[in-house]
Order: sequence, then structure tokens, then C-alpha cells
Amino acid sequence: MSVSTSAAGVPARLRTSWRHPATALAMTYVVGPVLTILCASFLLFAVLTLSPGDPVAQLLGPHASDSARAAMRVRLGLDDPLPERYWHWLTGALHGDLGTSLTYREPVSDLLAPRLLTTFVLVGMAAVLILVAGLVLGGIGGTSPRWRPLVNALAGLGIAVPAFVATTFLISVFAVNLGWFPTGGAGSGFTDRLWHLTLPAIALSIGYAAYLIQMTSSAIGEEAVAEHVLTGRGRGLPGSWVFRRHILRNAALPILTASGLTVAGLVAGAVVVEPAFGIDGIGSLLIRSVSAKDYPVVTAVSALIVTVFVVVTTLLDAGQHLLDPRLRKGR
Amino acid sequence: MNNAPLLELRGVGITAGDRRNRRTLVRDVDLTVAAGETVGLVGESGSGKSMLVKSAMRLLPRHAATSGRIDFEGRSVLGFSRRELSAYRSRDVALIHQDPRAHTNPLRTIGDFLVEGVVAGKLLGPREARQRACALMAAIGITDPEHRLTQYPHQLSGGLLQRMMIVAALLPSPKLVFADEPTTALDVTVQSEVMAILQEQIRERNLGLLFISHDLDLAAAVTDSLAVMYAGTVVERGTTAEVYSRPLHPYTAGLLACRPSATAVTRLKPIPGRPVSAYEVASGCAFAARCPFATEECRKDRPQLRTVEDRLVACHRVEQIGAELAQVVHS
Repeated sequence: MSVSTSAAGVPARLRTSWRHPATALAMTYVVGPVLTILCASFLLFAVLTLSPGDPVAQLLGPHASDSARAAMRVRLGLDDPLPERYWHWLTGALHGDLGTSLTYREPVSDLLAPRLLTTFVLVGMAAVLILVAGLVLGGIGGTSPRWRPLVNALAGLGIAVPAFVATTFLISVFAVNLGWFPTGGAGSGFTDRLWHLTLPAIALSIGYAAYLIQMTSSAIGEEAVAEHVLTGRGRGLPGSWVFRRHILRNAALPILTASGLTVAGLVAGAVVVEPAFGIDGIGSLLIRSVSAKDYPVVTAVSALIVTVFVVVTTLLDAGQHLLDPRLRKGR
Repeated sequence: MNNAPLLELRGVGITAGDRRNRRTLVRDVDLTVAAGETVGLVGESGSGKSMLVKSAMRLLPRHAATSGRIDFEGRSVLGFSRRELSAYRSRDVALIHQDPRAHTNPLRTIGDFLVEGVVAGKLLGPREARQRACALMAAIGITDPEHRLTQYPHQLSGGLLQRMMIVAALLPSPKLVFADEPTTALDVTVQSEVMAILQEQIRERNLGLLFISHDLDLAAAVTDSLAVMYAGTVVERGTTAEVYSRPLHPYTAGLLACRPSATAVTRLKPIPGRPVSAYEVASGCAFAARCPFATEECRKDRPQLRTVEDRLVACHRVEQIGAELAQVVHS
């Protein structure tokens, strides 16, 4: 009903092209996500520019002359209307110019670049830990009724323990008492960096890994008792065949979603873990910039987190589309 | 080849539950299906029909246990090793399920579904299996079989999907087919079509068939002999023609009497009371509470199956109530 009425008056040719699979795909995987990012970044920009605090005073200090203040206001475009300022920011951002930090007096992009690497190594390590622990332990819990209670208990514990408690515990045991790992810092050079970021990655991954263990375990457990699996067993298919092609294949859908969402959320999770380990990454930068009301930095980091999230969820959607024939249209 | 029947059940009982709360679902069932014979297993839902079939394929859930003897061509099914069981399921028997939608994997193509039994069992190569599947589809009147192979279950109607289930069951050329209410989940209009196809194929190939249904008329139309189950036991067994035209057990008579008439509009005569499960029966005849002919003896002693006029009936009062039963059915 919605299709025919809303499309009434539109030339038939256009209507069919609108429903063309390729057009629909482009809408779903390109136009939609881009619009989402634009809307989110505009909201972020608007909220942060309207928040209290005077950037000029912050930049020039309390003793600047009125004319200097006025000149700075013009230079930063603070008196322009909001859409114009957003447009200015957006075009700049697309060219790699994210504005100037109010506290560091440096281009935001220069602040981000080195910290991005640190954070991405941290997030990458945590993602590997989460996926390995989540899929292996979740797989064990899902397939073996004997181990299921233990796996569920572990997962419950992991979800219940807050990240900062885990952080304190890890530091005191493995860094302070045992001295296996450094207590803080991000290290320099590849292996040193990995060594420095191991504990933070573990601290970051615990909660997310527990969530993934639970999702994987229940997805596999549910598929294992599905009726179509009974059909397969009744046809004498080998157990490994049934597991691979009917249980795991079908459980892969919810597992993929859970994996993607946890990894997408990791950048935000770094905000808690990085300061605790004294790592100067994106998370620490965001915390410091929020308390210093350094809005250009906050805007840039927030926009980055939103972009990562939208990109990952879009990839997830595409993955679901590939894995589930029921989602494919136009047949 | 030996002279043993295809399938022979002797004193089969099924219990389910945990140690503290074990329930009897099926009690002391004897049943045989000879090569090329079609046997109907009829009873209300909960009477244990499906459980019996699942136990004959060793597909019962983990918490259920089977006792007694189940022989296939003289070999003990309950004693099969893993390898023997797999061979038995993949080439000797086939099971057609009630709900084709739930019993096919929604994420795999029809082609995968049809051939995986024979391919995994190494009966046929993938290419040959597909050719045979197409030929079989054409034989039962499915149009455009090549294209069907590439489709997914959600793209097929229930009737067509159930026909695919029949193709999948027949592809390994089994000797015995279990059909567990194969048309119950389908629209009335396609029921007879699917039933006709199944019956034709079974006859043409001279296969054994164990047909499970709650519909006595349907079972009578396709089988040589009938076994009527009530509360987990067989209450009457005999040739279809005799059981259907002249039931000796009050329950069979009740089933026949409560069908809507095709010729006259009359009030239906339901069997009073509700169906009970095997574990609810304390002592005496399971049907006594609903039986209009029950006496003190019926409530105290459980009647055993005994031979009366060339068939088996579990009723103390067969000899006394014959005339009245005829009236119940034909009034």
C-alpha cells in the first residue's frame, strides 16, 4: 500500500528505477550511512557550539584587548549563523582541517594523528581478544551442555565487573605485584607498544568479551535444537557436517551482529580505560578536552567515534545481507 | 536378504524427564512394517505417535530413553554404532516431517537441501545427485526443477516445500519411509495433492511406509493396516479395511464416530473427556474414564492386546459390546 500510494504521480520509469536492486543497495549502504553521519555530526556541532564557555577568552586569556577579541571572533567565525559555521567545519574536516585546539593552540588533526595510532592498536588488540575469547568460549558453551554452566558463570562475572574495577585489579596484580607488564604509558616501537597495551586491551575487552560469549553460546545452543537440525541428523549427516552447515552457519547471523556492535563500541570504551593506564590516546584526549571545554577537539573526536560506529554497522548490514538470503530482495 | 520384517518394534517403551521426575510417554508397543507394506499409526496428539517414530530413528532428545527392541531387517537399531546409525538413517529409512518450513534450513538453497543427504552419505556425487533430484522433481510434477535448485525455502509455498521434502526423502532410495503428519501443516487444497504424490511414489517403488496421522480417514485411505494409539499404547491393530469398517475398540469407534459426515449435516459426537498421556494412567484401561462401556474390571485391570477375529484389541469387553459399537459408528 505504501509503495503504490506514495509513488502515485511519479513517472513509472522513475518508480521502477527507484526499486532497482542496485539503487536500493546504494541507498542502503551509501546514502543512508552518509546521511546518518551528517545528521549526527551536525547535532554534535550544534550542541557543542551552543554550550557555555567563551572560546575567545580561552584562547586569548583574560587580559586581551577588545579589538583583539573582536578580530579573533571574526577569524573563528563565531558570529556567523550556525549552518554556515557547520558548513565551514564540514568542508574543512573533509580536507583534513578539523580546526584549532583551544588549549594546545595546535591544529586538531595534529593532535589526533599520533593518538589515533595508539588507540587503534589498543582497540585492535582488544578486538582480537574479544573475538577469540567470545567465539571459542561461546562455542564451547553452546555445544557442550557440560561446560555451559561454567561458561555462563564466567560470562556473567565478566559483564558484572565494571571496567575500572578490572583495571585496578589487573594493574595491582600483573603490573605492581608480578611486574610482568608496565603500569602505564603506551610505549614506543612495535613490540614495546604491544607489551604496554596488553593489560589495557585485556581490561577493555573483559565486558565486551563476556557479552559476546553469552551471545555466541545462546545462538549456537538455540540453533542446535532447531527442527531443521533434527532433519539433518535424521538424514544421517555426520555431526561435523550438521554443525558446520546448519548450526554454525545459522548462528553466524546473531554472532556477527554481536561481534560488530562490540567492536564498534570499543572506541568509546577506550575513554574509560586509556586514562586509567595513563595512555595518551583518543580516549584520554577526549576526557581532557571535555573538562577543558576544548570544543574543536571534542567535536572532532565525537564525530570520529560516530563515523567508526556507522561504518561498522553498515559493514554489518552488508554482511547480514550476504549471509541471509531472506534479506535479499528483487528476486 | 532375510525374512525379517523391515521394521519390528517389540515391547517399546519411552520415558522422558530427569531422575526425580520420569514420565512414561509410550508403553509396551508392538508394531511391524513388512517390506512394501503401508502401516498407519493413528491417535490424538500426545498419544506418543511421533515419539515412537523418533525412537525408531534414534532421534529422541537426550533426556528421553527407549526400552524394548527396535529391529530393522533383523538388526537392532538401539544397538547401532555411530557409523551404522548414520548409514541406517541415510540409506535405509527416511523421515518426512510435519512442518516443512521449520524442518528446512532457511539459509541454504533447495538444491543443497535435496542432495546433502546422499552427498554426505557418499551415495552419489554432487552432480549426479542434482540430476537425480531434478528427474525426481519432474516426475512428481514440479515445474522448472533446475531453477528450483537455486531457490531458498522462503521462496516456495508450503505445499511445494513439502513436495521437496518428499523428493529429499526418496532420493537415497530408502526401504522405509516414516511420514509424520506430512500434510497437517498444509492448506486443505494442497493436502490431497501432496498425499497423492506420496502414495504414488511409495507404491511405485514398493516401499514400506509408516504413516502417522491424527486423521483416521486419511490414514485409512493410504494404508494396508492400522494401529490405533491411545495414551502411549496401541489399543487396536488390524487390516485397514476391517478396523475402519468394523472397529472393535471403543476408542477406535469413538474416533470414527466423531468425524464430520460428508453427506449429512449432523451434530458431531465428540469423545467425552480429554485425552490423557501415558504417565497419567494409574491402573486399569487408559480409556476407561472416557469409555461408555467401562466396568469395574476396566478401571482395575489394564487390558492386554489379544487376538480377536484376526486382529489385536486391548479391551476386556470386546465380545460383549460388538453390536453396540457398530451402532455408535453408524448412527
